[in-house]
Amino acid sequence: MEGFAHQLVAGIATGGIYASVALALVMIYQATHHVNFAQGEMATFSTYLAWAAVQAGAPWWVALLGTALASFAIGVAIERVLMRPMRDAPVLAVVGVFIGLMLFFNSITGWIFGYTVKPFPSPFETSAPLLGGLVSGHELGSTAVTLAVLALVWAFFRHTSLGLAMRAAAFNPVSARLVGIRVGWMLALGWGLAAAIGAVAGVMVAPVVFLEPNMMLGVLLYAFAGALLGGIDNPAGAVAGGFLVGVIENLAGVYLVGTELKLTLALVIIVGVLLLRPSGLFGRPVVSRV
Amino acid sequence: MATLLEVRDLTAGYGGGPPVLHGVSLAVEEGGVTALLGANGAGKTTTLRAVCGMIPATAGEIRFAGERIDGQPTEAIARRGIAHVPDGRGTFAELTVEENLRLGAITRRDRAAVAEDFERVFGLFPRLRERRRQQAGTLSGGEQQMLAIARALLLRPRLLLLDEPSFGLAPLMVQEIFRILAHVRAEAGVAVLLVEQNAALALDLADHACLLETGRVVLQGEAAALRRDAAVRRAYLGY
Amino acid sequence: MRGRPPVSAAQDRPAVAAAEPQAPAVVPRRRSRGISLALFLLGAAVLVAPAFLLSSFRLFQLTLAAGYAVAILGLNLVTGYNGQISLGHGAFYAVGAYATAILMAHFDWPFWATLPVAAVVSGTLGYAIGFPALRLGGLYLALTTFSLALAVPQLLKHKAVEEWTGGVQGLFIVKPDPPSFLPIEADQWLYLTTLAIAALLFLLARNLVRGRIGRAMMAVRDHPVAAEAVGMDLAAVKTRTFAASAVLTGLAGSLGAVAVEFVAPDSFTLMLSITLFVGMVVGGVASIGGAVFGGLFIVFVPNLAESISKAAPGAIYGVLLILLLFVLPGGAAGLWRRALERRWRRDGGG
Repeated sequence: MEGFAHQLVAGIATGGIYASVALALVMIYQATHHVNFAQGEMATFSTYLAWAAVQAGAPWWVALLGTALASFAIGVAIERVLMRPMRDAPVLAVVGVFIGLMLFFNSITGWIFGYTVKPFPSPFETSAPLLGGLVSGHELGSTAVTLAVLALVWAFFRHTSLGLAMRAAAFNPVSARLVGIRVGWMLALGWGLAAAIGAVAGVMVAPVVFLEPNMMLGVLLYAFAGALLGGIDNPAGAVAGGFLVGVIENLAGVYLVGTELKLTLALVIIVGVLLLRPSGLFGRPVVSRV
Repeated sequence: MATLLEVRDLTAGYGGGPPVLHGVSLAVEEGGVTALLGANGAGKTTTLRAVCGMIPATAGEIRFAGERIDGQPTEAIARRGIAHVPDGRGTFAELTVEENLRLGAITRRDRAAVAEDFERVFGLFPRLRERRRQQAGTLSGGEQQMLAIARALLLRPRLLLLDEPSFGLAPLMVQEIFRILAHVRAEAGVAVLLVEQNAALALDLADHACLLETGRVVLQGEAAALRRDAAVRRAYLGY
Repeated sequence: MRGRPPVSAAQDRPAVAAAEPQAPAVVPRRRSRGISLALFLLGAAVLVAPAFLLSSFRLFQLTLAAGYAVAILGLNLVTGYNGQISLGHGAFYAVGAYATAILMAHFDWPFWATLPVAAVVSGTLGYAIGFPALRLGGLYLALTTFSLALAVPQLLKHKAVEEWTGGVQGLFIVKPDPPSFLPIEADQWLYLTTLAIAALLFLLARNLVRGRIGRAMMAVRDHPVAAEAVGMDLAAVKTRTFAASAVLTGLAGSLGAVAVEFVAPDSFTLMLSITLFVGMVVGGVASIGGAVFGGLFIVFVPNLAESISKAAPGAIYGVLLILLLFVLPGGAAGLWRRALERRWRRDGGG
């Protein structure tokens, strides 16, 4: 029973990370109807930036904040420079650009920082047993941080004018323009925000999986699974899906399939969702208007 | 009275296809109401869209308060004080009534005036105040129309573009909306370019009228005169 | 979702982009037949000659390129002609490769006998993956195939199948020997047989695309609503096309496996699927000839990328891909079509 509870808690901790990346994916999807396949690699690059800052002597929290801001800027730049001209391009071309971005980030990360696996420090490590040994320092800290980020994002979208404008631009760009909203810039902000969220997720996951250029591929896959499970057009659903998928992964990893098939499990979840309930648990049914 | 909106020889179409409008010219006075009439497919909605920059003008000019606005992006035109209530209402169905209204005022900086306008709008449309936390998509057709007009008013526009406000509404609701429009026009001095298929109602409200047929202006003049001229009414307006 | 293949601004009518250009019928019949025969013989000579002129290594590269061309052809079938985005065709390549390797290594089957098995296995997997995803929009297929590509190496390394797959170490196989009456080396024989098989598959694909089935695929791609309205079962067309494309790529995997004489899980990572995707885009979506160009590109250009930047070839690849999509969305085939079109207009034909 103790093992189960621990796995549950650990699942929630990793779930928080999946939920964050799923949120980033859904934010961009809602606004552009495209999935950012490069989300993982961008987050990895950001995490390396944080690592470099820490190596240079910056305090951990400063590194985290700085990285989030830098990632925000990078996200905005990518939208303005690459995505905006592709606005009316065919879907295939847009997917191709995402793939190109993915390759680019993956490669320059390896080029600048090297391919050797590096440990990443966590500010939450403590030897004192927490919650009766149920959870590690990092797991607790990571969960707290991701929950805080999710709460901040939620508050931003619900209660600020800018957040409202961004939601309007995503839901109905034509009407948004009619009330004077600069839809293009709203998209750019959305990208920036998604990049920043991805950066935080990367920094949270790095101490667990160790820092290497391909570290986010598995996370990205699970974030996809979570977003689909929750409903790809529903941010709250995607977050719930992320947590759910984290718990499923951990429990199934221990009690069912073992740790070597984690990626396959994600695939199974994805295929399962598509077969049984394509709109996800909380999404709207997929209806195509003729 | 000064001319607020001037459309001169406008030619426009959709997506590089053949033009829908052929040299349309019309004007709206400061604080006045101009009705744009015509059958389905005459180009009335297209004219409004061109004014808003939603479709490009291939020839001709559009001037607002003397400045050219053709070629500008829609959001810039909206910020100049032109509020468009499109056909189909254009409400944000997933957002609440209150959020929809907030969006109307989202580019304004004058907080106190915005609060005033909210009160005014709730006064005009008490039903919206009742349903302020409801999701806009769940409102009835008439309520959505009210919401769309209210949102447009919250821009504190100088010019209001209305595309078929009576469309799909029960007669009582239509009367209500036109009563409110008359009230708004009298009180706030907003100029209105009104596209309507219900010519009778439109001519009652308007100062000037303009009749479109297959993208061309075939008749233009004072609304009162058109209303009185039985021959014109029967030939062009069907009543 | 708009599944139209990227077409440059100069040619904005899909009817032009879809099929390969037909030569204007101005040349008298007898002469044109003679010319066609001469071109065919010349082409055959050009293709066969390298077997006797090039070094072993170059021949190996060409053999690989031919295999990749078939793989890209498969991807093209589903993405170019049917408008569905697959980011996981490497999985089918892997399945075909492993089917061949397992049968040859564990059961001593001759190479050619493994091909039908590889086709069946990859086709089945294609159908199984396509079925849930294709009922919905293209995004879901892209996600599902992406996930498949990521999951495949893990699956291949798993203990339960290690006995067959050889686990992380993989399996070694040997190229088939040429028949005793031919005085050539094994790698020359492999090159020629690969070429023959590839040519056959290209011919089959070409006939498929130009025939009724091809038109159905393109109808589903360009006008799904209309297609459905005339009674086409969209999901069935899409799933079957996907299965067919999986078969092609699976067979390509078999060809590749025997050329390299080795299969291992880490040869079939996400990078392979991406490489095939890049090859398709470069060669030109919805183009059969483009697949050949794509195959050559992905064999020879990574070396080029590495020579530009030893440390970050992937970045060069990525930048190249993005630039191509911006500047030349039609790929090499698009460029070729534009050149041909200009020639027609000059000659007053077409």
